[in-house]
This record gives sequence, C-alpha cells and structure tokens, in this order.
Amino acid sequence: MRNVVVEDAAAAVEGIKDGDAVMMGGFGGAGLPLGVVKAVLDRGVRDLTLISNNAGSTEDDLSLWFEARIVRKIVCSYPRSAKQFAEQYRAGTVELELVPQGTLVERIRAGGAGLGGFLSPVGVGTVFADGKERIVVDGREFILELPLHADFAFVKGHLADTLGNVTYNKTARNHCAVMATAGRTVAVEVDRVVNVGDLDPEAIVTPCIFVDRVFARSSR
Amino acid sequence: MTPLARDALARMVALHLPQEGFVNLGIGAPTHVADYLPEGSGVILHSENGVLNVGPKPAAGEEDWDLINAGKMPISLRTGGSYFDSSLSFAMMRGGHLDVAVLGAFQVSKDGDLANWTTGDNGSPPGIGGAIDLAVGAKSIWVMMDHTTKDGRSRIVERCGYPLTARGVVTRIFTNLCIIDVTEDGLAVRALLDGLAIEALRDRTEAPLRVMGDPLTIRQDGSVA
Repeated sequence: MRNVVVEDAAAAVEGIKDGDAVMMGGFGGAGLPLGVVKAVLDRGVRDLTLISNNAGSTEDDLSLWFEARIVRKIVCSYPRSAKQFAEQYRAGTVELELVPQGTLVERIRAGGAGLGGFLSPVGVGTVFADGKERIVVDGREFILELPLHADFAFVKGHLADTLGNVTYNKTARNHCAVMATAGRTVAVEVDRVVNVGDLDPEAIVTPCIFVDRVFARSSR
Repeated sequence: MTPLARDALARMVALHLPQEGFVNLGIGAPTHVADYLPEGSGVILHSENGVLNVGPKPAAGEEDWDLINAGKMPISLRTGGSYFDSSLSFAMMRGGHLDVAVLGAFQVSKDGDLANWTTGDNGSPPGIGGAIDLAVGAKSIWVMMDHTTKDGRSRIVERCGYPLTARGVVTRIFTNLCIIDVTEDGLAVRALLDGLAIEALRDRTEAPLRVMGDPLTIRQDGSVA
C-alpha cells in the first residue's frame, strides 16, 4: 500500500536546490511548517523564490530565511512587521512581488487546478493592475491574473494517514490546503501520523493524491 | 466639543451593523467593533484567514495559536462556527457574500475612493493583505477613522493623494466627528457630534458636504439619536 511517510523534516525537503520556487503555508504562525523552515536552512540552498502570505514576524519563523539571505524574491500579500525582511528590502537585496491576499491564494489555486489564470475585479483602477491585461466581461472590467507554480509546497497539517490524506487544525488550514495542490513536490508537516482508516473521510481536507511526503513534527 | 473616543467610535459602528448580517472587521481599530456588538444582534463575524462566527478573545491561558484572527491575535469560535481555506474565504469576500466590511483608512474621497494600504513611504515594505479584496467584494464598505490626521489635515478629500485600494467603493464613513453617506450626489452628513456645528465640520473637511434634513446627534458614548 502507498506510504508517503518520511523520517523527518530533512527527508521532507530532500531534492530542494538553489533557485527553486517554494510555497510555505501559514497565516502568521498558524499553518507554518516550522520544522521545514529549519530543514531548508540546514540544506544551505540559496536564491529561493518564496511564495507565502507573510515574510516572518518573530525571530523563529520565515525571518530566519531572510536573516540567512537565502530568498531572492518573495511573492507575498502582507510582508509587514517583518524586521529581517524589511532590512533586506530597504537594502534592495530581495525582490518583492506584492499581491492582494485573495489574488495570491487564487493564483495558487489556479496553478494547482491546471488553469491558465483567472479574471479578477480586485486591483482594477489601482497600481495592482499595472502591466496586466484588462478584459471586460458583461460591462465590468477585470484583470487577468496568472497561475503560480512551485517546485515545492510545504504546509502544516494536523493529522495525516500513511497514504497522505491530511486534516488541518482550525485557522491553520488557511493557505495550506490550497498550496498542497500546487507544488511539484508537496510535503506536509503534521502533529501526528495515523493509520489508514483512522481519518473520517468526511473530515479529510487534502486527499492523498496531492501529497508526496508526510512527516510528524518533532516534539520540541 | 471633544471628538469621540476610540471605544465610542467602535460602539457607534457596532450599533449600525445590520441584524444577523455577515460582517468582516478589518485589522486595527475595526477589530474592536466586535467588543460593542449589542446583545442579540445576531451578527456573524468573518475573518479572512478562514473562520466564520468569530467569538471573543479567549481568557488568559486559554489561547490557541491555531485559532487566530486577521490581526494574528487569538480568538474563540462561537457555536455554529466553521473553518475553511483561504480560497473559500476570499470567495466569500470577493463574491459579494459579506453584507458589510468595516475598514480603516488613510483617506476617503468624495467619490468613495479608498486609500488604506500605503502612504507611499519607501522606507518600509508595503503590505496589502486582504483589504483590497474586501473593498471590491463586500456589499457595503464602511470606513471608520479619525476625521483628521494628527496634524489636523482632513482624511476626507476631493481626491486621494495616497495610492488607491479601490475606486468608488466606500458607502459610509464613520469618524470621531460624524457619520457621512457617500451618495451619487456627493457626501451627505447623516449624523453630527453633539455640540459640533455643520460649519465647523466643513472647516475640517476637504470635500463638499451636504446635509439631508436634520442630521442626527452623536453622543459622547457613541449612541446616535
């Protein structure tokens, strides 16, 4: 039977290389796979494109990646209260693509769903429409938003079975469930791995077809 | 004439929310509107990070950091609450399913243009978050803000000087001096702080103001009569 459980975070990030695009789940700390944050640092990769709602806010989150200068570009909706990121932003050593939050998650969804993009009313008449194709549908103006793909999507789940079916905990679901459809390799950090059959099929949010690797976070 | 205190402004907004409405309160001052919802209002609060039926802040020691609001602070879930992913959450926002979004602002124009995401200061990175999706998608966009900046300049303007969040979306403005409706015929004063003359309000406002009939009176506790 299929079994996607790997030993630890280091095994979950196996194969990541310089220049990769990486989606990191989470809204603030909720849904952020912290074990992955550290395992990627340990790999010593550089020049990553990071796709994430935030850019870190405490010392112990994505701020570590900016401190270590391993991110070349971030695609993000709210990189505020992020000290290490802000320092590099001011110094001009990291590129920011600022995306409205709903557009960010929908671009990720489009990537995972095999769509060539979508038409959004968000940003019409503002700087967020700059450089984008405008399309009028039924008299209303929309802008064409393009899909986002990534080499890796790393998210935090609550429970996973050994097949790779995943549940989430409360608001930690946020971007995770969508990112889990959009990475070439999808790895899920969970609180606990359970046996196949232990999860209520009605409660599974991410079906195993999307998931390549699962690991239980270490109890720290 | 003392401008409304922050808690009174929050109460004033809370008292106006529609019974049993689906409402999103933006980060910052709007979040505090939740503390003043009248008993039995039936209002269902949405938070962009994937929760409907947001409840009050949990007691100290009861916080669950997997259960937070858009301001990344711990919340509780009311009976009948639900969790969902960000895509579905923004479908609610963009798709016109929310009755009211209450947002803070730097500036609002006489045409209802909203500027609330950046002052264009290059010193710090900008953040847009979900404010723009709310501004485009909710049925009614209400702004709550101080009427003037700290140095006395009007936040209600002919044309926004700051980068726009969305054009022509604001329907009502609650300030610490008044309540203004944005109409096709311009800005209309609905209610005025007790003791404030309409001419004094016009002196503090950089856009033409109309008065329809007798404006209501705003008391210092935020109630309106």
